[in-house]
Amino acid sequence: MSTLYATFLVAGHYLGIDVLEVQEVLLEQRLTPIPLASAVVEGLINLRGQIVPAIDLRRVLKLPPAGSGQDRFNVVARSREGPVSLRVDEIGDVVELDAAGLSPPPENLDPAIGGLLRGLYKLQDRLLLVLDTARAIEVVRSAVSAANRSHYDAKTE
Amino acid sequence: MQDPDILQEFLGESAENLTRLDHEMVELERRPQDRELLASIFRTVHTIKGTCGFFGYQRLEAIAHVAENILNELRNGTRALDTPLASLLLGAIDAIKRILAAIESTGVEGEVFEQGILADLDYALQHPGASNRREAVGVVEPAIEPPAPVGSVAIESCPPAPGPEPATPREHEAFATVRVDVGLLDRLMNLVGELVLTRNQVLQFNAAQDDAVLNGIAHRLNLITAELQERVMKTRMQPVSRVFNQFPRLVRDLAATLQKQITLEVEGAETELDRTLVEAIKDPLTHIVRNSCDHGIETPAQRRQQGKSPSGRLRLRAFHEGGQVNIEISDDGAGIDPERIRAKVVERGMRTAEQVARLSDREAVKLVFLPGFSTAQVVTNVSGRGVGMDVVRNHIEGIGGTVDLISHPGQGATVLIRIPLTLAIVPGLLVNAGGERFVIPQLSLHELIRLEGEAARTAIEYVHETPVLRRRNALLPVADLCHTLGLMAQPNPDELNIVVVQVDGRRFGLVVDAIHDTEEIVVKPLWQPLKSLNCYAGATILGDGRIALILDIGGIGIRAGVTMPAGHAGAVESGEGGKPVGPVADARRSLLLLRAGGLKRLAVPLSKVSRLENIPAEQVEFAAGRSVVQYRNRVLPLVSVSQLLDGFPPQQTDVLQAVVFRSGSQDIGLVVDEIVDIVEEEILSPFATDRPGLMGSAVVGGLVTDFLDLDAVTQWASTAPAGSLSKLEAALFTEEQMLAAEVAE
Repeated sequence: MSTLYATFLVAGHYLGIDVLEVQEVLLEQRLTPIPLASAVVEGLINLRGQIVPAIDLRRVLKLPPAGSGQDRFNVVARSREGPVSLRVDEIGDVVELDAAGLSPPPENLDPAIGGLLRGLYKLQDRLLLVLDTARAIEVVRSAVSAANRSHYDAKTE
Repeated sequence: MQDPDILQEFLGESAENLTRLDHEMVELERRPQDRELLASIFRTVHTIKGTCGFFGYQRLEAIAHVAENILNELRNGTRALDTPLASLLLGAIDAIKRILAAIESTGVEGEVFEQGILADLDYALQHPGASNRREAVGVVEPAIEPPAPVGSVAIESCPPAPGPEPATPREHEAFATVRVDVGLLDRLMNLVGELVLTRNQVLQFNAAQDDAVLNGIAHRLNLITAELQERVMKTRMQPVSRVFNQFPRLVRDLAATLQKQITLEVEGAETELDRTLVEAIKDPLTHIVRNSCDHGIETPAQRRQQGKSPSGRLRLRAFHEGGQVNIEISDDGAGIDPERIRAKVVERGMRTAEQVARLSDREAVKLVFLPGFSTAQVVTNVSGRGVGMDVVRNHIEGIGGTVDLISHPGQGATVLIRIPLTLAIVPGLLVNAGGERFVIPQLSLHELIRLEGEAARTAIEYVHETPVLRRRNALLPVADLCHTLGLMAQPNPDELNIVVVQVDGRRFGLVVDAIHDTEEIVVKPLWQPLKSLNCYAGATILGDGRIALILDIGGIGIRAGVTMPAGHAGAVESGEGGKPVGPVADARRSLLLLRAGGLKRLAVPLSKVSRLENIPAEQVEFAAGRSVVQYRNRVLPLVSVSQLLDGFPPQQTDVLQAVVFRSGSQDIGLVVDEIVDIVEEEILSPFATDRPGLMGSAVVGGLVTDFLDLDAVTQWASTAPAGSLSKLEAALFTEEQMLAAEVAE
């Protein structure tokens, strides 16, 4: 059983998600910021009339933030609540890999990050980290509500 | 196994039929001689019986069959309808509903046994004299006086039904209508929303071009889109009768249980609104009707004592006004005693005695909307006046509406609900804050304030670091939108823009960087996790394709700390001179509403308007650099309202819309983009503006409306000093000619 992975680069890391989860890939889009929302959600993009949240994968994966002015790509993934855009640095190829080659994340990896991965492939020249899209979106969801809660906590203090 | 589609259709159709039956049965009780009504009821029951048989639902068929037989006797005049019999037939309808519900959820008639009702029906059928089996067992019957005149007399005088039913127009109407899946209508509405946005983009692009062909196309696209939007919205409209039709039955049953006499009057049941809203108002309305029956209307004995007719009146009235639907529920019962409300609020510790003493009676009555005012939490529970009125208010405000309560102790109470026609496309005000654009829903708008120069620097004062604005003897709490949203402010010391918003009856000012136009916006849902921020009601796509967030004013108020979650209401309200803003007759004025340039809602008193004219654009000539048109052998100066107010030339059209008014001896034509409407409305909270050409603004029909200054228009039309006209005339005409001209007038 082999799976097709759409791959992309985020802060030098080579990541992939199942192509079946990808709705489309877009070039840099105009972002509308959402004041007060957690920085994990970079803003909203207008996807042919549909309003889609754009998620900063660097922040989700606790990687250094992107330099300003750097063009980025949107990997629009399907989720339970409609499409969500994952913001990445560069788009790679679609690769076909055997499920048997998927190994679990290394144990010394920060579990907060390891938990977001389905596993990784040891490719010839580099490692491909397979992202669990649903988990990643779940992390964003809790980050958004945590940011909201802390605001009210700060108010009541 | 039945075809699920056909079964679904049967269930849908039956549900509609049963709702109508409820309504018609109650009607029949009042007018037992109405043969047409009886025939219609008979037909409906017959249809249900027929289809039940077709689907093989025996229990359903049995009930419908016996009910049909009884109806047949009524129709033949061999038996008369009395209250117990009506109750029995209504009971049969309920039984059918229960079985249908079982079929809908399980697919079979299920475990529901309706033997009791069947036995009752059978008994009634076999004992035409005693229509209720249980009378013998001593079950207390509702003490409603049978409707007069006694039906049997009237029915006997009618000729017996002549054989088969005459063909009715109802069957033919079926060909003119089509059943459409609601999902399809929703999809259509979404697509129209997209089209509206695309149209806005095209119009914006067109405005930047100088292309006559494109301009023509854009104009046409604009018209067609507007029309399509209106029509598609219409397909989703349903009459409020869908909800109202349940009330005759509800009121009848409540009256029976409460031993009261209540007449229900329904007006404007054909008023239409979006289907999602029809659904949404069902529970709150039911609750208010229950409250009125239960606590508003007194028992016949109490009513007689007070010199009222023993039968109470409950009135439901729906009507359109100012782009909104108003629903009034009024009764002629006891009303609400403001003193009792004050006492209860103090007793519950929700307000202090001093606070409630400051409130006017009208305001005090509204305290029933406070959360926690009543002990009961459930909407359907009936106990204590004002049960769950906060829930009612939450429901109505949840769909962008407002609730008001007016009570006349001893004479009755009126609940007034205002709701928008639709939620999908709403007007909103575009504002700028921190370099971003936001939309404030028009429904929350109260007024716009713009201050310049020195006034801008000093208008906001601080009470203990809390910013406030003095406004007509009241202090208005103020919040900076940039600050509230954590945006970088772009302060401009010479300019201060404040949007006064209103939520839950509380007002506050929002300082924004700039105020733009109002626009029809298509509300798009926000990604679900973002809703927990409670600051945004949704998002929309603007004409340039960019996204703007729609502010949730309630949430913004709480975040900014200018409104408390469970509020310090009243203080702001009563500060406004304590003047109740009731429907005072003399505050209503007839107004002509116009649209011109950036101003979407301009008003001119109708009394000043002589005529409305359509002037073909090619007839417009220029005299001394001004647009004029020859009109009734005179020269009519034309003043473009958008030129006057905005400095922009008017829209290019083939036909100019002009409002002709007379100033002194001179007619002047006001060129506008659109003549919107003529309304007779109350004018609320007027405030002056220093914008040239405008007298000021006020709230008309729930929307902020600018009032055109006709004197300024006159001045603009004739900047020439007085007297120069006679000089011109003297130079052109002989005295005799002028005299002749005057006589001719």
